[in-house]
Amino acid sequence: MAEAAFDTPAFREYRVIPKLREGAMAHSRPFVAKPDFQEKLGFPGELVDDWERKAVEKMGELNKKYRSLQVFLDSCVKCGACTDKCHYYLGTTDPNNMPVARQDLYRQVYRRYYTFAGKHFPWLVGAKDMTKDVLDQWYSYFHQCSQCRRCSVYCPYGIDTAEISMAAREVMDHVGKGQKYCNEIIGKVHAIGNNLGLPEPALRDTLEGLEEEVLEDTGVPVRFPLDEKGAEVLLVTPSADFFAEPHVDGLIGYGKVLHRAGISWTFSSHASEAANFGMFIGNYENMRKMALRIREAALELGVRRIVFGECGHAWRVAYSFLNTLAGPFDFLDPAWPVPQHICEVTHGLIRDGRLRLDPSQNDDKVVTFHDSCNIARASRMGGEPGGQFTIPREILRACCNHFHDMPAETVREGTYCCGGGGGLLTDDLIELRVKGALPRMEALKEVVDDYGVTHLVAICAICKSQFSKVLPYYGFTMDQVISLHQLVGNALMPGGESGGESNGESSAAETPQPQAA
Amino acid sequence: MSLLTLSYAVLFYAATALLVGGLAWHILLYRRAPAPLKIPTTPAPTTRRGVVWRMFREVVFFESLFKSSKWTWLFGWLFHFGLLLVLLRHLRYFTQPVWEWVNWLQPAGKYASLMMIAGLAGLWLRRIVVDRVRYISSPSDHLMLLLLLAIGVTGVLMTFVWPVDIVSMKAFFLGLMRLDWQPLPPDPLLAVHLALVAALMIVFPFSKLLHVPGVFFSPTRNQADNPRRKRHVAAWAVKLERSGG
Repeated sequence: MAEAAFDTPAFREYRVIPKLREGAMAHSRPFVAKPDFQEKLGFPGELVDDWERKAVEKMGELNKKYRSLQVFLDSCVKCGACTDKCHYYLGTTDPNNMPVARQDLYRQVYRRYYTFAGKHFPWLVGAKDMTKDVLDQWYSYFHQCSQCRRCSVYCPYGIDTAEISMAAREVMDHVGKGQKYCNEIIGKVHAIGNNLGLPEPALRDTLEGLEEEVLEDTGVPVRFPLDEKGAEVLLVTPSADFFAEPHVDGLIGYGKVLHRAGISWTFSSHASEAANFGMFIGNYENMRKMALRIREAALELGVRRIVFGECGHAWRVAYSFLNTLAGPFDFLDPAWPVPQHICEVTHGLIRDGRLRLDPSQNDDKVVTFHDSCNIARASRMGGEPGGQFTIPREILRACCNHFHDMPAETVREGTYCCGGGGGLLTDDLIELRVKGALPRMEALKEVVDDYGVTHLVAICAICKSQFSKVLPYYGFTMDQVISLHQLVGNALMPGGESGGESNGESSAAETPQPQAA
Repeated sequence: MSLLTLSYAVLFYAATALLVGGLAWHILLYRRAPAPLKIPTTPAPTTRRGVVWRMFREVVFFESLFKSSKWTWLFGWLFHFGLLLVLLRHLRYFTQPVWEWVNWLQPAGKYASLMMIAGLAGLWLRRIVVDRVRYISSPSDHLMLLLLLAIGVTGVLMTFVWPVDIVSMKAFFLGLMRLDWQPLPPDPLLAVHLALVAALMIVFPFSKLLHVPGVFFSPTRNQADNPRRKRHVAAWAVKLERSGG
């Protein structure tokens, strides 16, 4: 672990809400996007002249485009219900990381220019002019929100700070102050098709390498096809799955599942990214442009289904927004929801007895499950509300004998973000990421102490990268985070064993699952 | 007509107009702004009926607040339901003959005022004592509680300590409604109570009290979770699609 210029927060013995320390994270801000990256996305390269007026105008425009914004800005009563709900507040104790205070950085400007009270009695309602100081605070604190929506669960009006963060980032982009990490990545997706900027030949090479690796390891010729026309399934996965650890083991797991089920499938080099950072910056146009790549790939390859790999915010955009952004998907097989999550596919196959799993293959592990924030609170799996909680857990129980949940208030809809979501998974924000992981790390520590948990199972590329990075700061090891589909893969096709084709099944007549949505 | 009667008559006509007009304007604003994306906080109901039930639990039981903070929930609920009963009880001053169920509510409504004051006091105490809530409070947040408390306390004093000429007061309000103006009894406590109520009515549509209509328009609570089954596109997004953007 690198020398840190900050202290990792200590585990709290009792979960008392920390006292606030003003300005504790005022210094935290990500690198600013360079002009050419800004311009590629249709934003000004640098802070424009007269940016104050343009920012305020943009705010007014967004209020007319997004009901959420208008209602949320007006409705907050400052009851304080959200003040202790944000992992960044708990980890940093900076009061501007309380969701309501973060919103107020935006709301104070909205009130000044768009409300009667704020125009005429700014001191009374805490309204403020748009100034450079305010912009700097925005840049700092709207990049300390992972858009995880935990606050929205507890707000009596359902106010979601993520919506305000997205709007603030949208306004900043429009006056020329964008964030390097997000905007560079979005540029790569537009140009190449994935966040990593991995071109088709490199991708093909990687996938061929994986095929060899799996064959060597299991004796089963699992394929990882790319751009194969006529496949049944287009699998869209976060590009980190192609090479990062522990992501790639999850990807191998998807391949094993689809192979065993006899489902023909393919990746696409055109849509080789599940994540859609357009959401992080609150920009509909960019988000839509990236979503359309998936539609184009599905049409081009002539697939019948679209399935998404393990990813959190990506699944939100896929489940909740894809139909809106790039639909209608009437050219796909109507027997399946569009899109499906790989967990829905695996779960259906397990339920129908089409995957023979040997959970004892994972007996060396005692696992717990991290509900990714945007899967938990912004999407669903399966046909019933809450399927996003039960489906991954049922898969886990089917392929693992030792599973223990973390404390109830830290899982399911109350789950804590990993600390790296929403466009913050960048090294220039490492202090924030480490501190923001505190609540999750505390919950993990509890099950490690109580049940001897050895592994934290995740179904999101960001969660996996973030945990690999921050686990060591809290006395764990980076390899304690693993992909759900790695465990599935282990239980399905253990390594070091051959002849795994014995329970292979015909590819015919896959029983359609009940329509999930 | 005395100056007192005249000024209160004008005040209440103006306050009512601002309340109704201001609320209507904001509701129109909320209705007009589209919700371009499906953003219910999940797990969320998948049907319209489920959404109605979710909203009912939210508005009647303050379900989300209950999950969040038991003290805020307790004080908030005491205040809001105390206020509701008090308001319903006050219908007796605006109806002739008084509706049966309002008569029925009369005893509960009288004591609900104490519930309301207890809730408000608790909320204000929290705002002062809890460092996080203190930090997020503007002067207006304190003043709003003070205003409501003052309304409650003057009301309680008239109900339990210094009765006022209710009969003439009712005649005044019925007169306002029937455009047949009657004198307002010159009682200082009543005058203060009514002035504060008028102030509340005026402030209502221009303040955080907009949470009352706002909650019904909150997309995280009022949307059904069915984006895969039903395509949801805002008018401005359709335009964007057509323009090939």
